[in-house]
Amino acid sequence: MSASLLLDLASSASLLVGSLFVLSGGIGLLRFPDFYTRIHAAGLTDSAGAGLILLGLLLQTPGWETAVRLVLIVLFMLLTGPTSTHVLAQAAGRDGVRVWRAGEPRR
Amino acid sequence: MSGSLYVYWLIFALMMIGLYIVISHGNLVKKLIGLNIFQVSVFLLYISFGKVRDGSAPIVKEGIDTYSHPLPHVLILTAIVVGVATTALGLALVVRIFEAYGSLEEDLLHERDAASGVDGPS
Amino acid sequence: MSMFVLMNLTLFGILAATAVTISRLRALYEATMLTALFSLVSASLFVLMDAVDVAFTEAAVGVGISTVLFLGVLALTRSREDVTPRIRQWPARVVVLLAGGMLVYASQDLPRFEGATTPVQVHPVTDVYLRESQDDIGVPNTVTSVLASYRAHDTLGELVVIFTAGVAVLLLLASSPGPGRREEGEGPAELVLADYRVLRVISKLLLPFILLFAFYVLFHGEYGPGGGFQAGVIFAAGFVLYGLVFGVDGARRVLPRPLAWAMIPLGILLYVVLGLAGMLLGGEFLDFQGLRPGDPQAGQHLGILLVETSVGITVAGVMVAVFFSFASRRAAR
Repeated sequence: MSASLLLDLASSASLLVGSLFVLSGGIGLLRFPDFYTRIHAAGLTDSAGAGLILLGLLLQTPGWETAVRLVLIVLFMLLTGPTSTHVLAQAAGRDGVRVWRAGEPRR
Repeated sequence: MSGSLYVYWLIFALMMIGLYIVISHGNLVKKLIGLNIFQVSVFLLYISFGKVRDGSAPIVKEGIDTYSHPLPHVLILTAIVVGVATTALGLALVVRIFEAYGSLEEDLLHERDAASGVDGPS
Repeated sequence: MSMFVLMNLTLFGILAATAVTISRLRALYEATMLTALFSLVSASLFVLMDAVDVAFTEAAVGVGISTVLFLGVLALTRSREDVTPRIRQWPARVVVLLAGGMLVYASQDLPRFEGATTPVQVHPVTDVYLRESQDDIGVPNTVTSVLASYRAHDTLGELVVIFTAGVAVLLLLASSPGPGRREEGEGPAELVLADYRVLRVISKLLLPFILLFAFYVLFHGEYGPGGGFQAGVIFAAGFVLYGLVFGVDGARRVLPRPLAWAMIPLGILLYVVLGLAGMLLGGEFLDFQGLRPGDPQAGQHLGILLVETSVGITVAGVMVAVFFSFASRRAAR
């Protein structure tokens, strides 16, 4: 197994798993019963989905300039994605949105 | 399918949805949103004129021979920023109209104008 | 069906579905968010059609600035529209069907999509922009060289339009403080975004990098996608972020109002002085070759850089001033 084949396999696996995370985030946004669980699903799209897709692209880059840019994008998304989820959840908590318990209807 | 016109028809469909929003809805902010949709589809139309088959972005690199035409890109780039500036102007007018009339629905605005007997706000 | 056609159809399908949903939504906050989605997907479509500069600008402007302005206006006015009566829907449908039908009929004369022999592609000016520009100007990003050198006069006109719109917004909104009641002291004891510690820290951390990125986009616009318009918008977006988190007063401490307002005409002044300098050095208006005597290519480089900088200054000033005049308007309710 040559190095480039290994690299191709790793990057394809990363891209595939990342896309699955994005898809699951979308499905979760539609199906979850409560605001807090929904923003959890959306946050997963931001951090895990985008991070893995960018990792897959990073393994395929031809030169170091593109690689540096991709690393910066990953850093930026890791900084801003969790921040927005956190602030949304805190704001909802202060606003009085109650947590869903099993057995209640979907909000 | 690339020698055909299907892209233009799709763009015309988007344009018509934007036009429908502008004509049929009475709310001024909704009209501005519809105008925004119309504007974006016009940009898509212009950019689609410049695309060449198997071309690349018009940034000259060695080894690439076919480029998409840069002129539509230049026109649309400035048009986008001009568009947001004029949308901001439209929104400023909306704010002042709301403060003068208390409503943003077009029918109510016309009624209030007719009732007060003048052609515009006092 | 090739991958390109498949991606094209998918993106257009998403755009059409979003546009129809926007039409049917009566809740305007949701409609604004869907408009942001519309702009973002259209930016992807621009990338698919090889227009990377345009996609950059649309993503920054359409998704960022436009959405914030709409949300600001909805906070100042009502955020729910009335039901559209049926009597308005039918004339609209007729007009739309007629206009759409005429456009489809007329599109038979349009050049085929992606053809290499369309009038746009075979015109001699294509060769000038793509090949001769490398000898005359030497800038790889032909969009920047066309915008700032070959068609610099057009760009001056567009910049003046942006300037006029910005001044008009300021005349409408900043000349009077609005009908709301004057708050004594600090203002109402409501929750401000700066109370969230994570947001406060992260936005303070990110602001210098956003401004640095704006300068990078400005200077790197000759070698990759970028340029003055995008740089100005990103620069303004940094201050919009700061203003959203720390309030208009906090943002005013960072960027005082006289400075923000002075940026608006400064860019145009710089541009016109540059054009006159070209005339004084023996060429025509906005002729950059004389700027470096003996080396026309270096003169063009300097001219393009100054054009992009002046564009960035005016665009940033207009966006910042417009945002702050919306944000500091006291609501009528």
